[in-house]
Amino acid sequence: MFIINCPYCGERDQSEFTAGGEAHIERPKQPTELSDDEWAEFLFMRKNIKGVQFERWNHAHGCRKWFNVVRDTTNDKIHAVYKMGEKPPID
Amino acid sequence: MPNYRVKKTDYVDQTNRISFKFDGKTYFGFKGDTLASALLSNGIHLVGRSFKYHRPRGIMTCGSEEPNAICQINPGTDLTEPNVRATEIELYEGLEASSQNCWPNVNFDIGGINNFISPFIPAGFYYKTFMWPKSFWKNIYEPLIRKSAGLGRSPSLPDPDLYDHKHIHCDVLVIGGGISGIIAAKIAAKSGSNTILIDDKNTLGGSTIFQNNENFKINDEISKDWLFKEIEELKKLKNLTIKTRTSVAAYHSYNYLLAKENLTDHLSKNNKTSNIRQRLWKIRSNKVIIASGAIERPLVFNNNDRPGIILASSVNKYLNFYGVICGENNFVFTNNDSAYETALSLFEKGIQIKIIDIRKKTNSKIVKRVEKLGIDIYWNSTVTNTFGYRKLNSIEIMNLSEDGSNVIGKKTKVKCDCLAVSGGWTPMVHMHTQSGGKLNFRESDQVFLPKELVFEHISVGSCNGDFELDDIIKNTNVKVKSLLNLKETEFEKTYVNCTKELDKRNIWLLPNKIALGKTKSFIDFQNDSTAKDIKLALREGFRSIEHVKRYTTTGMATDQGKLSNMHALGIIAETAGVKMGTLGTTTFRPPFTPLTFGAIVGRNVGQFFDITRRTSIHEWHIKNNAKFENVGQWKRPWYYPKENENMHQAVQRESKAARDSAGILDASTLGKIDIQGSDASEFLNRVYTNAWSKLAIGKCRYGLMLNEDGMVYDDGVTTRLGENHFLMTTTTGGAANVLSKLEDYLQTEWPELDVFLTSVTDQYSTASICGPNSKEILMKLFPSVNFNDDDFPHMSFKNSIINNINCRIMRISFTGELSYEINIEAKYGKSLWEKCIDAGKDFNITPYGTETMHLLRAEKGFIIVGQDTDGTMTPIDLQMDWIVSKKKYDFIGKRSLYRSDTIREDRKQLVGLLTEDPKEILEEGAQIVSDISKKPVEMLGHVTSSYFSPNLNKSIALAVVRNGKKMKGQKLIVPMENKNINVIVSDSIFLDKENKRLNA
Repeated sequence: MFIINCPYCGERDQSEFTAGGEAHIERPKQPTELSDDEWAEFLFMRKNIKGVQFERWNHAHGCRKWFNVVRDTTNDKIHAVYKMGEKPPID
Repeated sequence: MPNYRVKKTDYVDQTNRISFKFDGKTYFGFKGDTLASALLSNGIHLVGRSFKYHRPRGIMTCGSEEPNAICQINPGTDLTEPNVRATEIELYEGLEASSQNCWPNVNFDIGGINNFISPFIPAGFYYKTFMWPKSFWKNIYEPLIRKSAGLGRSPSLPDPDLYDHKHIHCDVLVIGGGISGIIAAKIAAKSGSNTILIDDKNTLGGSTIFQNNENFKINDEISKDWLFKEIEELKKLKNLTIKTRTSVAAYHSYNYLLAKENLTDHLSKNNKTSNIRQRLWKIRSNKVIIASGAIERPLVFNNNDRPGIILASSVNKYLNFYGVICGENNFVFTNNDSAYETALSLFEKGIQIKIIDIRKKTNSKIVKRVEKLGIDIYWNSTVTNTFGYRKLNSIEIMNLSEDGSNVIGKKTKVKCDCLAVSGGWTPMVHMHTQSGGKLNFRESDQVFLPKELVFEHISVGSCNGDFELDDIIKNTNVKVKSLLNLKETEFEKTYVNCTKELDKRNIWLLPNKIALGKTKSFIDFQNDSTAKDIKLALREGFRSIEHVKRYTTTGMATDQGKLSNMHALGIIAETAGVKMGTLGTTTFRPPFTPLTFGAIVGRNVGQFFDITRRTSIHEWHIKNNAKFENVGQWKRPWYYPKENENMHQAVQRESKAARDSAGILDASTLGKIDIQGSDASEFLNRVYTNAWSKLAIGKCRYGLMLNEDGMVYDDGVTTRLGENHFLMTTTTGGAANVLSKLEDYLQTEWPELDVFLTSVTDQYSTASICGPNSKEILMKLFPSVNFNDDDFPHMSFKNSIINNINCRIMRISFTGELSYEINIEAKYGKSLWEKCIDAGKDFNITPYGTETMHLLRAEKGFIIVGQDTDGTMTPIDLQMDWIVSKKKYDFIGKRSLYRSDTIREDRKQLVGLLTEDPKEILEEGAQIVSDISKKPVEMLGHVTSSYFSPNLNKSIALAVVRNGKKMKGQKLIVPMENKNINVIVSDSIFLDKENKRLNA
């Protein structure tokens, strides 16, 4: 049970949030022009990193806003939190 | 009976006598005793039988690590509690306990025969033996194993006690109230931090509080006296909360910890001051100081499990804390200096004591003192055997060879009824590793110690590997100072004068003249695994510690290997020739000690187990004898039986009435999302498979929503209330997920769209009236509304008023009948419903539940998402190609509809099934095959919905069948346990294909 610093509400318990998987996977603007392989790349392929991972979280039982989190999956340490559309503050 | 209580102490009130029962016999102890100390004071050592071999076992420790003395509390009652450690339960008037795992009693136990056949039940016995013949499993092996499995008896009645959950926040949490924890808590609280100190015992002070020994002085006072004063000062501090009888169970990330507080377990029935038995604290602390101490290690030698063989530090505590001796002919058997304290304590009471030390010689201060007093020490020696069935009576001693790998010389057999063993100390690193911390291995005394830290916490005292009194005080002070950024504390100049250990010698498995295979050298006392078992596992090829653990079950009992894990590791490392540090440990998992289910669930039991959602019409349903069905958290009327009707009869009657005249359904639970914004119609275009831009105001449209993988996700009717205003309905179960999915797309993929979503499910109640007479009823309810088909056709909506209350009327249908849905503000739901029932009286309006709703829609071939689909069905699979727009450039899931896998022609497709015998009703979920002669039989699909239709007077079913689209008219088989049912693939619409009824 970690604590997430929601960019809109501040620090809240993890139980208020839901996880939304890997961040920065943009839905293709013109899906019809993609091959099966290209579409499958978007649809199915996720990195599932052991270590520092960029991921999406939703403050489901709060402001309902989606945002991004940089989290170390080995120890749940959160390195950064930033809004949708913003550039990651760290590489 | 001799009295083993030989001393007065500060912690047992010998003026307050308490009676208790053990195995049916009445004994006496005193206030302040544990069940274990009270039993020992009565000379009772034998308290249980071991799990596998049913060997007699006695009390071995004085704390949570106890492997043997686990008892059944209130035996023979419906509320009995198993596996309670006698060393932890505080004595109270009327306590009743019994030993476990023995029959007919602990002194004569039939299962003891296992001890004699033990050569035939080695590690992995179950895995190897019960493999064959296969037919023996069900009737012979399983019942046998079940009978011998498990420790103790479960209660048979629901737990009548209350349990609490409480959240608490603090600056500093100190785990453990021993000397280092007390120093840490004092520094933290005095520095202004809001501090909590937790200890699992009822008294603070750990083992120093009974360290009554000239060799340990702090500021020239005996350590116990110094600490006593510290505790008195500590209790006065304002920003410190002390929680005793509280044990930390789990340490999760971000310093989130769970601790269980015992509130009434130590009180007799009449003295229970609280209704709450236990409280689970959920603690979030900025910083955590772990001072959980260390557990003494036993020694591994032949027959090291007899009652009377006790950890040396526990013998010391029983004497100095409880005033009880464990025997008259005492031997200390040790590899380190700490056990010499026990020897001194016994000696000072004038009790016979001798020492066996595996070390060759050592000259530390405390050893010299012991020698000066004339206590015999057998240097470089080991115990090679012990005797006495129900209680130890003698031991056999031999000398060790130079390298310690063998025994030499002749055996000496001596009288001994209490052997105080000490194999050194194991720091309790459980909390540190649970929090994500890693461990280092220290070779000199073979201990794992806390290494890198993930969160703001430190370990101090013996759990950090400091075993000498001066190191403990000095290092605790330094580490706490640095954690809290302090310059100076009151402990800077604390002066310690103590004995220091000079020599160490560690032998994980002590040698013997007898071959290992013929010895019983126990490692895990509770699960009866021996050194022999570990070596067998290694011979059979197991290498990983995790595998050896599971194969031999070492460390898998209720004590989770607190006493056994290090020896298992040591023997594996030695045998395999690897270093212990590289071997690593098994994972330390929460809880540290077993938690009651009551503490885990707290108040979330019975009606509070889950949220129950009821519609505003619920009371009416109850009054009208509805049977309810759980749909997600909702309670929905399932059917309304009349008189003695069973479910089938009620559903048949309701279905017929709905088609012949009028039926009414509470549809309030359907998810409702209010959609507003200038891009609302574009948004719907993107989320539904069909086109929405041209939907006129006042019209309704059915929509199908896919996942990005092309599979059907949800469906429902959406109504255009205004130019930029829509009301979407979703399935009852899908409402919350659909809203969050739509929010996700709006916020992340299409932030440019001007759309706002609001859940209004709870804000509106819905009465759905269907049947040929529904229009008549609506006309009575809303005399001012024109219900003419041209003015108010199928799939349209009107605003209206009933009794001055606004409502919305949609002409939509999920039954295939002429049908209207009335939405009204939820608080008027029941009143609207009653008006509908009233207006429908002349037309025999019949309330129907979900079962009839399912039947009616199945007759019409309408799908239910989640029943006829399962996340692997595309709209094409459902034969719903008509709803998938060919013109739209994009919508969620569109691209996936022509992936190589989704365009396969032999996918499972939705079809209708008719049974050859029209009376035969298929079972939902039944498999469908075409050829039963060819083995293995090929499964083509399964039945998804099945009913007997009273309107068609035959059985109908929906099913998904591989390549089903092309099978119309073909015969298939639904094989059941005792017969094969012949079916014919049909169209999935069974009734009114031409929509005559809808538009009637």
